Amino acid sequence: MITRRDFLKKTVTIAGVAMPLAAFEIIDPEKLFAQVAAEKTKVRWAFLVDTYKCVGCGFCVKACKNENEIPYDANVTRTWVERYVLTKDGRLFADTPKGARDGFTTTKIDLGLGKFQDIKKDNIEKAYFVPKLCNQCENPPCVQVCPVGATYQAPDGVVLVDRTWCIGCGYCIMACPYGVRFFHPVHHTAEKCNFCYHRITKGMKTACVDACPFGARKIGNIKDPNDPVTKIVRTERVGVLKSEFGTKPQVFYIGLDEEVR
Amino acid sequence: MKNHVFRPLFVVIGIIVLVLAARTFYVPKDFGVHERGYMYGWYRQGNIEDWKKVQVKYQGMEYCKDCHDKKYASIKKSPHQNIQCENCHGPAIDHPSEPPKLAIDRSRQQCLRCHYPLPYPSSGRSKIRGIDPEKHNPDIECSMCHDPHRPNLGGMR
Repeated sequence: MITRRDFLKKTVTIAGVAMPLAAFEIIDPEKLFAQVAAEKTKVRWAFLVDTYKCVGCGFCVKACKNENEIPYDANVTRTWVERYVLTKDGRLFADTPKGARDGFTTTKIDLGLGKFQDIKKDNIEKAYFVPKLCNQCENPPCVQVCPVGATYQAPDGVVLVDRTWCIGCGYCIMACPYGVRFFHPVHHTAEKCNFCYHRITKGMKTACVDACPFGARKIGNIKDPNDPVTKIVRTERVGVLKSEFGTKPQVFYIGLDEEVR
Repeated sequence: MKNHVFRPLFVVIGIIVLVLAARTFYVPKDFGVHERGYMYGWYRQGNIEDWKKVQVKYQGMEYCKDCHDKKYASIKKSPHQNIQCENCHGPAIDHPSEPPKLAIDRSRQQCLRCHYPLPYPSSGRSKIRGIDPEKHNPDIECSMCHDPHRPNLGGMR
């Protein structure tokens, strides 16, 4: 029979043993408050896509795959271009064969499973191309779900994946509302666009921005008021994808349409 | 209290101590909560440097200009002025040391990326002149007749 005295004694002893475990804790409140310091960073990368200028040549996809060593023939890519065709009888077609790695060289829409739909010129109500890439969200859902801290947001806003730390659980791939994540066929870890982090941190543009002959893609620092991208985002009409998710995407689009998802 | 209550308790405590001890050795020193806080900034800081070290492959037109100044000058006067050398010639990487020679993409597919006519309003594509690849000299490379550095019809070979 345990007495009250014994019970209290033992509770205090166990609590005492458990106390030093706090030294191993992962959450440090001081560090939590230190995130305020992040507000002082001078760089926050953002991207601007002008869909009116995009012609669907796919040079961006080709350059991205080479630059970032994504196996060229594997059907995965960090950036891709979508084609949207709306017909006069109210139907919507969208495709991105091989992520538009080789551009769009046919009027036939790839419906998947080897089926194609040709749309006659007279039946086209509107049609355009939309390049897609990682939105480097301010509130990245892919980062929240990572159980091991392998994906994270760098102080300049870019979401990166630590290949040595990733366990390949795939939660982040499911969590991304934009579908930009995939498994790297060689490294077997989660893979995504990182705004060519090795280039932008050296003062270069991303490979896709450089490769685009039409100026449809631009990258800039949204914290610099004199940056051309910042000026356009602040003064012109731009949209983001799936704003209803609250992810605060940092890829802005000129000429976005409601059909684009 | 009876001994049989304590024995499993000690085992559990022992396991916890072992796990925590192993954790201090296994987890890198720079792993922890950083600027963006616990939710978005829990990571190994050294990984940022790892990503910065990735090799740049596409060097851009200005890199090519230093040696190939004549080609640069001619393409800059043409409608192809905004097309990067490396879009067709492939990434320079450390050219001319490595690779010494670049593999040029002369395929018809390469030209058709822009010059296959797609009648899409509200896209610049509909304003680019195109050809029907099945009717326009289907068996030969475009560069047999057209000079991609001087694409105007005056530059025909």
